Amino acid sequence: MSEWPLWEVFIRARRGLSHQHVGSLHAPDAAMAVRNARDVYTRRGEGVSIWVVPSGQITASSPDEKDAFFDPAADKVYRHPTFYEVPAEAKHL
Amino acid sequence: MRGQYALALGDDALVLAQRLGEWVARAPELEEDIALANIALDLLGQARTLLSYAGEQEGEGRDEDALAYWRDDREFRNVLLVELPNGDFAATMARQLVFAAYQYELYDRLRAGTDDTLAAIAGKAVKEVHYHRDHATQWVLRLGDGTDESRRRMVAALDAVWPYAGELFEPFDGADVDPATLREPWTAYVHGVLAEAGLDVPEPTAARRGGRAGLHTEHLGYLLAELQHLHRSHPGVTW
Repeated sequence: MSEWPLWEVFIRARRGLSHQHVGSLHAPDAAMAVRNARDVYTRRGEGVSIWVVPSGQITASSPDEKDAFFDPAADKVYRHPTFYEVPAEAKHL
Repeated sequence: MRGQYALALGDDALVLAQRLGEWVARAPELEEDIALANIALDLLGQARTLLSYAGEQEGEGRDEDALAYWRDDREFRNVLLVELPNGDFAATMARQLVFAAYQYELYDRLRAGTDDTLAAIAGKAVKEVHYHRDHATQWVLRLGDGTDESRRRMVAALDAVWPYAGELFEPFDGADVDPATLREPWTAYVHGVLAEAGLDVPEPTAARRGGRAGLHTEHLGYLLAELQHLHRSHPGVTW
């Protein structure tokens, strides 16, 4: 029903964190998409920064390629850095 | 009566909040529905603090609910602009631009004013209103500089609200900020938006006034009936 294009919304919750995908919305252009994202996704103080991206500009991996893409990583334990202590102060590794 | 100024500003916010609330579930898009509801709730919050303060100043034991629900239209002191029916989306945006641009300049001065309570209320609200003004600006630019149809509607909307702008700047006894001083910055902002949107400033007409004295349009009575009937039918009712 909507004629407005779809936008993906990314919110940074606070300084030091990266932007996280939170959802999508409709807006007539980029400037209005940022404002709509402010109203739809940050009403309760969820963020300090907003990115919007036209949904059509996102290239996604194909569900058909899931096995070839992701399964080979499952049994390579040597890729996981589990052999040193993480300092308690480092909260966002 | 003391507290008339806070009462007038509170009534502006309360009546406009009710009007904008009428867009809920009727706006052109879900996102815009939420935006208008957010703005309405900002205004309702402002109305609550302003009416509470007006009641304190009056000193007759009336709280925000007594003032919101138990006055009749002749006792409301809002400007006529905010009680105008929503019309189409362009009409609402024209009203929003005219009012938010005024309210922004008002609160910006009020927060440095001599009344500490009003200064505190305005200091918090000015950020909300900055966004309201921006929201209206974005839409006036897009509708004015959009399609032939959107432009036609935006021109008609501005012509319709323009006579009601003058009342915003009329003298008010006991006002912390002389309304007349707001006209120049308001004009600079609103005319700037219209120029950017490629819209002509409507021809000056005789100002429609009377709201500040309790003489309202026929529209306010219907608005108040919807606003007040639940509280009057069930006094003291809570969720």
